Amino acid sequence: MEKFTKFTSRLAPLPIDNIDTDQIIPARFLKTISKAGLGDQLFYDWRYDAAGNPKPDFLLNRPEGRAAHVLLAGDNFGCGSSREHAPWALTQYGFRAVISTSFADIFRGNSLKNSFLPIAVPADAHKALFAAVAANPEAVVTVDLAQQRLTLPDGSAVTFPIDAFAKQCMLEGVDELGYILQQKPAIAAYEAKRVLTVDTRAGGLNQGQF
Amino acid sequence: MSKANGAAAKPRTIIEKVWDNHVVAEREGAPALLYIDLHLVHEVTSPQAFSGLRERGLKVRRPDLTIGTTDHSIPTYDRSLPILDKIAEAQITQFEKNCREFGIPFYGPHSDKQGIVHIIGPEQGLTQPGMTVVCGDSHTATHGAFGALAFGIGTSQVEHVLAAQCLLQNRSKTYEVRVEGNLRQGVGAKDIILNLISRIGIGGGTGSVFEYSGSAIRSLSMEERMTICNMSIEGGARAGLVAPDDTTYQYVSGRPYAPKGTDWDRAVALWRQLPTDEGAVFDKHIYIDASALEPMITFGTNPGMGIPITAPVPDPSGLSDPLERDSLGKALRYMDLPAGQSLIGHPVNVVFIGSCTNSRISDLRAAAEIFKGRRVNPNVRVMVVPGSQQVKEQAQAEGLDRIFKEAGADWREAGCSMCIAMNGDQLQPGEYSVSTSNRNFEGRQGKGGRTFLASPLTAAATAVTGVVTDVRTLL
Repeated sequence: MEKFTKFTSRLAPLPIDNIDTDQIIPARFLKTISKAGLGDQLFYDWRYDAAGNPKPDFLLNRPEGRAAHVLLAGDNFGCGSSREHAPWALTQYGFRAVISTSFADIFRGNSLKNSFLPIAVPADAHKALFAAVAANPEAVVTVDLAQQRLTLPDGSAVTFPIDAFAKQCMLEGVDELGYILQQKPAIAAYEAKRVLTVDTRAGGLNQGQF
Repeated sequence: MSKANGAAAKPRTIIEKVWDNHVVAEREGAPALLYIDLHLVHEVTSPQAFSGLRERGLKVRRPDLTIGTTDHSIPTYDRSLPILDKIAEAQITQFEKNCREFGIPFYGPHSDKQGIVHIIGPEQGLTQPGMTVVCGDSHTATHGAFGALAFGIGTSQVEHVLAAQCLLQNRSKTYEVRVEGNLRQGVGAKDIILNLISRIGIGGGTGSVFEYSGSAIRSLSMEERMTICNMSIEGGARAGLVAPDDTTYQYVSGRPYAPKGTDWDRAVALWRQLPTDEGAVFDKHIYIDASALEPMITFGTNPGMGIPITAPVPDPSGLSDPLERDSLGKALRYMDLPAGQSLIGHPVNVVFIGSCTNSRISDLRAAAEIFKGRRVNPNVRVMVVPGSQQVKEQAQAEGLDRIFKEAGADWREAGCSMCIAMNGDQLQPGEYSVSTSNRNFEGRQGKGGRTFLASPLTAAATAVTGVVTDVRTLL
């Protein structure tokens, strides 16, 4: 995982509530066994016409969209399916953070594991950001994870919440699995006292293979 | 247990009890390390996790607590035919290769136990009360019907559980959904959950785990409870559960992976300690009067956009918040629906009966009751997709397949099918469906497709009339 550093960027506004992960990356692109190429499929059904050509008026196809590393979205961003392909597609496109008033639980967790920062701001700051970018498409924000501070185009700042552990992982560029594996002795001790369990192998291993 | 001085332990909800039973370690400044009792794996959200294990040189810690099946991208036509979609075929082949390499048992496309991952766990008795269950799929909450803490995870976490059988998790808030009273004829579990989501919205349960309780929930079968828990995520809650009771134990007893003999008695004794204690405090509550419910249907592009089937589609101009108004207006434009009118009588092109929400045997029986002696409207394509090969066999043993086929419906092999439209089963642009699945997002059932979510009864009634129908007119 890459270290998450402080940065300043333009905003790509998508003023729609409840943007679900099926919009972020449609299910038909989930047949891949790798992570490659998902950035081109980001918001595919909003971004391309029936013939697969980019819609020239859709923000992400325009230079302003390409220049922005922060997505500004409506309430409850990332609801629906648990697909981690959503933050993979967003980061591959070039986004490093998304601002909303709230995020769906699974999406937020998946994002933090990919050094992609979900920034939840109060409703008034959220409105102010949409207004600022409408008045000036080149308006910028500064994202400072260490201070948990988002500086708005007018110079004012809001703080945002983040899980302390996820924050540390992002700042140091380490992922959680290493930390989990350090606790193998505790896991083994827990396993030793488990009383009820299933054995999924009891019915045989490779049944009805393709 | 309470201390020797007799001070009473703090009353806990079932959610807290299951959580407490699975905490492996809690360190300052980090989420709890939570043990996972059952990990369900499928072809779509696991390939990159297995690649990660290989890159790090890791093994699967507990293949005996892990099981795989192919459900999302698998075709639902005759399994003896080749898979036409070569990308899907490659994914399924890779999945089986991954399972073999890491020693994980799997039910492949030709297994008589293959099916949707959330159907086969309960069906095989793998899902049991008090467990923690995860899967790289947001509908994992289905298993909560057994009093398990079951939730969807992303691919990074699939890798964590494969490697360590544990996850880092923060405690959720607790949210009591109390449903009291008797359901009226033609109203069922799907209508309860669609009603809940229409009230709280699709973000209403964010950060919470639901406990469904009350007399209406107690009177439901296990399959109906699964329908309700399944859609917890559609209300924003990562998990939702029902405390186990005799209905639960009767369902689990005798299934292939259920405890046997003295293990069974010991298990039931432990399970009986799980229900929420008297006096336990929830962070949030909602009350639903089951006797006031009507059949529900969605009109928009998220599952919270639901109405009683006789009610008019809401009018965006009545909303004061501009973003909400725009969102509803956008949804109605996508659905090409006028505000202010009921959906009853609206023509549909496709009826889909299936998905992890409504593809169990009781769902198929309910639909078959409507199809019996009737014909599918010639303007409608009807797909009936059993949730598993076991459900399929059971339905065929009861002659339900004949009822569907004689009515003119298509009887398919098991899989997720048109719920997620990855496998070729999909709507064409502009088509309308009534679907028993869980999501009506834009393009969910095929690019440009338009979905009305409803119960199996409403879906079957619509199939025979060709237009959105209040099933109570056919009962």
